[in-house]
Amino acid sequence: MKPKTKRHLLLAAALGAAGTALAFITFGNIGDNLVYYWDTSQLVEAGDDAIGATVRLGGLVKDGTVQWDADKNFLQFEITDNKNTVPVEVNGAPPQMFRESIGVVVEGTMDKRGVFTSDRLMVKHSNEYRAPAEGEKTADLYKTVEDI
Amino acid sequence: MISLLGRTCILVALTACSVGMVTGMVAGKRQDIDMGKWSRWMAYVCAIATTASIGMMEYALLTHDFSVAYVAEVGSLDTPTWVTIVSLWSSLNGSILLWSWMLGLFLAGFAYLTRNQHQATTSWALGVAMGIGVFFCFLVAGIANPFEAVSPIPTDGPGPNPLLQNHILMVVHPPSLYLGFVGMTIPFAMGCAALLSGRLDGAWLRHMRRWMLVPWGFLSLGIVLGGWWSYEVLGWGGWWAWDPVENASFLPWLTGTAFLHSAMITQRRNKLQGWTVSLIMATFLLTILGTFMTRSGVFNSVHSFTQSSIGPVFLAFLGACLLGSVLLLAARVDKIQPDQATDDGAAPKETSFLLNNLLFTGFMFTVLIGTVYPLLNEAITGKQISVGQPYFDKMTGPIGLAIIFLMGVGPALPWGRVSLRRGFQILAFPLASGIVIVGICLGMKLRGGMALATFGLSGFALAVTLKEMASPILAFHQANGKTWLHSISTVFIQSRRRYGGHIVHIGILCIAVGHVAGTRYTTAHPLTFSAGESKEVGSYTLTFKGTEKQIESHRRSVLANVLVHQNGKELAVVQPRLNHYIKMNQPIGTPQVLSTLTEDLYLNAVNIDEAANVASFDIYIKPLIWWIWFGGGLMLLGSILAFIPSRRGTDGQETVEAA
Repeated sequence: MKPKTKRHLLLAAALGAAGTALAFITFGNIGDNLVYYWDTSQLVEAGDDAIGATVRLGGLVKDGTVQWDADKNFLQFEITDNKNTVPVEVNGAPPQMFRESIGVVVEGTMDKRGVFTSDRLMVKHSNEYRAPAEGEKTADLYKTVEDI
Repeated sequence: MISLLGRTCILVALTACSVGMVTGMVAGKRQDIDMGKWSRWMAYVCAIATTASIGMMEYALLTHDFSVAYVAEVGSLDTPTWVTIVSLWSSLNGSILLWSWMLGLFLAGFAYLTRNQHQATTSWALGVAMGIGVFFCFLVAGIANPFEAVSPIPTDGPGPNPLLQNHILMVVHPPSLYLGFVGMTIPFAMGCAALLSGRLDGAWLRHMRRWMLVPWGFLSLGIVLGGWWSYEVLGWGGWWAWDPVENASFLPWLTGTAFLHSAMITQRRNKLQGWTVSLIMATFLLTILGTFMTRSGVFNSVHSFTQSSIGPVFLAFLGACLLGSVLLLAARVDKIQPDQATDDGAAPKETSFLLNNLLFTGFMFTVLIGTVYPLLNEAITGKQISVGQPYFDKMTGPIGLAIIFLMGVGPALPWGRVSLRRGFQILAFPLASGIVIVGICLGMKLRGGMALATFGLSGFALAVTLKEMASPILAFHQANGKTWLHSISTVFIQSRRRYGGHIVHIGILCIAVGHVAGTRYTTAHPLTFSAGESKEVGSYTLTFKGTEKQIESHRRSVLANVLVHQNGKELAVVQPRLNHYIKMNQPIGTPQVLSTLTEDLYLNAVNIDEAANVASFDIYIKPLIWWIWFGGGLMLLGSILAFIPSRRGTDGQETVEAA
């Protein structure tokens, strides 16, 4: 074997080994840091597996469950998909549009008490902005700013 | 009328690109100078036609001509004029039109600046670049036609997405990023030309590197401005979230940066030709991949606009370019004749460049895998997931640190062999500065291994950079006895390229330090205030003074007046606000930031209750954020300096040590 070929082979082997190691670390790390997009039924189904995993939980705010402590800036409510209901605690204020029976997404994790704790709450809305629909008065829309 | 005229202009541009592509390639193949002139003229025609079409679209937007499809889509009688002007890039079809226009300008610029080089390589490059022009003009003429006639003509339109109307950075971030993305076409075409003609000499490489610097500088600026926009508009208090859209712009930057360094090795040592050309091809392909990811709607974001059929077309184009590049590389890479490879074993400076390239490529793959993994996963399992930020932080942190370390080592070492003793002598002072900085940080009770390592290594690299900048000036001053001002300006002008590189490096260090400090040492304070209430946040005292209403033609807003004191001194009244755009069904906040060089006070209104006079805010104290924006500016400045050609005669003599 020519010395040059040998060097190339060695180089290829070294790069291959490094690449494999890198791929191993990469995919291991991805697996540890996945964020799951679940509804409440999927969360309940996952049971104890859900504890500690980062989840984006989507659902509706259940009527009559909202408790807001302004002094502690602490929000509690229940989130439901009309089959399963999960209690949620959010560190932070409810966003402007937040209200009962509106769709929300909370990002956080299930704790051992069976409470979903989050510090990120988003009111779900269509991703595309849209003009008011036929018959929907703009004055009604302003209420989102004025009423809460 | 405008519809017809605009469409005609685009068809002219399409024809010009097609003719230019064919004549350029034929001229390259036959080494035919007259034919080459044809392709150059076609580039000028393309630039004129696309400029005219942009002019018409702006005219239609400003006169609210709703018979034009694009104006009907994004125009509105209520929006302020500046929003109307920049509406050109607020939706898909307009942004593709902008792309074609910029490409037209790049083509004409390239044709003009290379007009005296009657080489086969130039013609090939122009031919390939105009081939890419054909694709974009085809998009504008066909599936992304913004000039389509609308009937019946609507009386008013919805206006652009309110998120995009909400901040002035919308004026500069998109064009800057586009200049970066579109401009990558030219170095790509030049790389293809090198393969097609089998020639990659020092002069061509120098050209390629310069043509890479322009888009690279704008891409750098565009990325930083995008982060700034996100910081000022989205209200989550950060500027970089490893969001797929951000990653899409970052991927080509990484390979482009690797190219800028490997090109120096190739130019100086006649090595790694194939690798250097591969990097430039990868950079272009990643811009197309990025455009596909952001525009096709596979990721939801403010960039994805409406669902459209453009996704598959981009994917097909990406596939074609990828296939073409790989085949071209495979078939022709051996044809590139090195002048004479100089082999003096493992010189440390060269090794540092090689490591740099490996790190940048590794960085790129790490980000790429994290970005496309959710897509692949969803395609296979049908389940939606995303890859969280910790993956990116953990994986890229060490790579970034290693790159910063090399940023100190590479420029400090001379070319060729260096003894260990000499190497230590050179690096002793910078290493000591790094250690002192870590000591100071520890003294300030800062904790966190990665953050301290970043500050220390950045200090090390900064010391090297400053020393490299100062020593030629010092030497000139001592040798010639001229005044300091004279010495500085002479040396600076003589080696603009090298100084450009140093300035870019300082910009990167600013960004690294600002980013790490702003991430690691941010404190978050979600608080709710009733009217008149005061609360302490860090060294600040915030007092909520009540709400205020503001009504404009296109939106109405509720503002919260917050009085800020620091150490008993009144600083300012800030007004974080919630804007309700008439044509949107939910309010958008505008956070307010009080910036100083050392820290930002960031207030985002979460909700403002006018009736009860209560408001909730997310408040963040974030150190050194300004360093990031400042670093972005330095990067643009440095790349412009490095781009400006040296005066005739000095060009050939100039060394390539701008590292």
